[in-house]
Amino acid sequence: MNETRAVKWIGQSVERLEDPPLVTGRGRFAGDINFPNQLHMRIVRSNHAHGRILSIDTDAARKLPGVVAVWTSADIPEVPPIDFREGPIEKLAPYRQPVLATGMVRYVGDPVAAVFAEDAYVAEDAADLVTMEIQELPPLLSAKDAPAEFSPGRHTEADILRQGYGDIDAAFQKAHTIVELQLSVGRHSGVPLETRGAIGRYDAARDMLQLHGAAKVPHRNQELIARMLKRKLTSVNVFESHVGGGFGIRGELYPEDILVCVAAMRLGRPVKWIEDRREHLIAANHSRNQHHKVRAAVAADGEILAIDDLIFHDQGAYVRTHATRVAMMTCGVLPGPYRVPLAYRAVCHFRLTNKTPAATYRAPGRFETSFVRERLVDAIAHKLKLDPIEVRKRNAVTVAEMPFKRPLEALGEEIHFDSGDYHKLLDRMLKEVEWEKLNADLARRRANGEMVGVGFAMFVEKAGLGPKDGVNILVDSTGAIEVVTGGASLGQGFETVMAQVAAEMLGVDYQRVSVIHGQTDRISHGIGAHASRATVMTASATRVAALNLREKALAAAAELLQAPVSALDIVNGEVVRTDRAGGPSISLGQVAAAHGKLEAEGWHHAEHQVYPYGNHLAVVKVDPGTGGVTVERYVIAYDIGRAINPTLVKGQIAGGCAQGLGGALLEEFTYNDNGDPLSVTFADYLLPTVREVPDIEIILTEDAPSPLNPLGIKGAGESGINGVGAAIASAIDNAIGIPGAVTQLPVTPQRLKAIIDAKR
Amino acid sequence: MGERAAEGLVTGFVMTEKLAFTLNVNGRDFPVRVEPRRTLADTIREECKLTGTHLGCEHGVCGACTIIIDGEAVRSCLMFAVQAAGKRIRTVEGLANGNELHPLQRAFIAHHGLQCGFCTPGFLMLAVNTLEQQPDIGDEELLDVLASNLCRCTGYGNIVKAVKAARDEMRAGK
Repeated sequence: MNETRAVKWIGQSVERLEDPPLVTGRGRFAGDINFPNQLHMRIVRSNHAHGRILSIDTDAARKLPGVVAVWTSADIPEVPPIDFREGPIEKLAPYRQPVLATGMVRYVGDPVAAVFAEDAYVAEDAADLVTMEIQELPPLLSAKDAPAEFSPGRHTEADILRQGYGDIDAAFQKAHTIVELQLSVGRHSGVPLETRGAIGRYDAARDMLQLHGAAKVPHRNQELIARMLKRKLTSVNVFESHVGGGFGIRGELYPEDILVCVAAMRLGRPVKWIEDRREHLIAANHSRNQHHKVRAAVAADGEILAIDDLIFHDQGAYVRTHATRVAMMTCGVLPGPYRVPLAYRAVCHFRLTNKTPAATYRAPGRFETSFVRERLVDAIAHKLKLDPIEVRKRNAVTVAEMPFKRPLEALGEEIHFDSGDYHKLLDRMLKEVEWEKLNADLARRRANGEMVGVGFAMFVEKAGLGPKDGVNILVDSTGAIEVVTGGASLGQGFETVMAQVAAEMLGVDYQRVSVIHGQTDRISHGIGAHASRATVMTASATRVAALNLREKALAAAAELLQAPVSALDIVNGEVVRTDRAGGPSISLGQVAAAHGKLEAEGWHHAEHQVYPYGNHLAVVKVDPGTGGVTVERYVIAYDIGRAINPTLVKGQIAGGCAQGLGGALLEEFTYNDNGDPLSVTFADYLLPTVREVPDIEIILTEDAPSPLNPLGIKGAGESGINGVGAAIASAIDNAIGIPGAVTQLPVTPQRLKAIIDAKR
Repeated sequence: MGERAAEGLVTGFVMTEKLAFTLNVNGRDFPVRVEPRRTLADTIREECKLTGTHLGCEHGVCGACTIIIDGEAVRSCLMFAVQAAGKRIRTVEGLANGNELHPLQRAFIAHHGLQCGFCTPGFLMLAVNTLEQQPDIGDEELLDVLASNLCRCTGYGNIVKAVKAARDEMRAGK
């Protein structure tokens, strides 16, 4: 009756462990968390983009029955501005965001006061009664404009970032042709369906501060909160519950997180804050928003000899937890899959403006630079009358050159492409889409008067940021397995993937495995979930921990069964003899019970990030009357190294692609000349619906497993969005028959109609 | 909770007298006492303690709060609780029959129609109502219906597959 072969879980598209509570309404998102006697917080935000605070009147609000307290910055002088995640950075420290605006307001949405009340509706009533006198100052609304004063003696250009190699001037002198473009990527962001939420709770008896509603980087936030509030690390715990999408923006430490913590301690009651959608659109991190003046030195055959990029990065009003990370990443990853042998220079002006502060959004620095780089390649091909695909092939790093080192950095590491066969994947995609036929069909349709076209983009992703992660695994006496990680789940299927890896290594059903994440009281370390690192790092550590546990279980069972370890295997949770059928067996639960404790730890160390890669292809149809774009077809080819759960990988890719289509065609945070945000509802900030997103076709390959981890895993989270802006721009050019027409994202109907009309 | 506070409001621009009425949710009566201004979504979540109905925008665009009232899919963030008194309300918590999931819930799991799961209750209620009212709905019309809710994780493809699969299963089961 014992099965004799262990089941392979890795590579199987099993159903998710996460789903049953989520489809039955039993999830617990931040808004669903309640504690007895809790207060509700409401933030009073600046309605002015830039100004000096002359006075704030909270009297009427305080008098409203049900209001317990109203705070301005004067009430919390001991609370420092929000710190950088990676530690103090002296140069940028003056640009950090105070928890409540101090002296100045710098964007519409800047938190000025916090109201605490018995009821969320009353808190909102009271917030309306807070008035402020602001001496308005002219707002600075573009990073392209000259920097202005931020504070006496300090201007709004907080930093200038540089990366590069080689002699730029010499390279450009050697060029057969120089191609120069000016390109802009609009301001948009992750905009998860669940707004942010935070619940602070203080247990005075144990001097324990808790923050519920955490996400993304629970352990880093635990550390940051402890540092900011001058508490011991062990007297702060953060707890992740269900998370309604992250995409980079959720889970950073924001003013509201600190406020609920301070209030819970000072007011002696739990404090709950749930963001509303308008707040989310003006207060949570924005992203992208860059302007590039880029030029390439090109040889006659289309080889890109050198790239020189001058970047203006619109950081918004403050420098938040990421510091200059997105801008620095932008400088490092722009060359993408192309060799660029002679020289490269990126200079990024990191400038503050009077808009919502910016930070990471899915594929930070890559969505932007793929757009810039691929626009450049299309322009080179057009200028030299070469086939754009051929230009890409000529420039792409070949499999023979792997691993490929480039003297540029991403997230503080030198870029080393670990493995990849870019040409093979490109050929595979062209074959699958029947490239020649596709182009012939589109040409025929164009000849019949339709504005249809195809666009293409190549990219390299990066994933699996180290340096290390560790996981604990234990088996209880019922045979249930618990994998305790310091990871985080933002909806991507983290639990299922970790369970699959643990189950295969251990020899149990994946449904017997529960996976803990985002609970700082369960494990003292953890990397969370960002930079597409969860599967690479945490799954690799899970593998080691499960193998260690397996070894312990087999050793213990060998004693109990009086058999050599070499004759034992674990099959479906039972330790069985492999040398004779029908022999004695013992369940893992029984082993654990007999042994007292069955537990193991495992670590994975990574010297370098891994570099998955792919191609995007879009077919679009343009309505010349309205400038509207219909995406008829979208194909993504991606080499994942190894997929633990192919269905979940494809889910990540399709979801990212839909977000990319939003950023390429619809989504934009716009402002009027006074700095008033104009995208404050879902009627102004347009997320794609099912009508705007075609069924994404995904070609998932495993040609280049990473040599940097035993499972060969690369990351999946950001590949779907990376090349969308680039491919859509190229497809629109092709459709309207104007090479290089698209220079700005998103390509809204108004912008595209203006381009089409200008040609007529 | 909040009763004392709310009754004390004297600002004049809000109705602060609480009203007592009964909400019938998933076949069960919930006597509630709330201000007229309290939304149906907030009341279902906070008074009836059914938190499966989610609030994504509170202005009627995203559809995460979609529930079924007397055979119609509605945005519960755009209704006051008092407007639903005496009506038959259905939320995601009422879909499964004990431990037996509704075909649509099963289809969402089987087709990976959810990631973070925040929009899922709204999509489920929208789709359930549609399939009950129009069991023979065609693919194109189905897309029009599903375009009324937002999802930020899946890219929609798997949601569409799940709903079509449930439609076909429910139709075959008739």
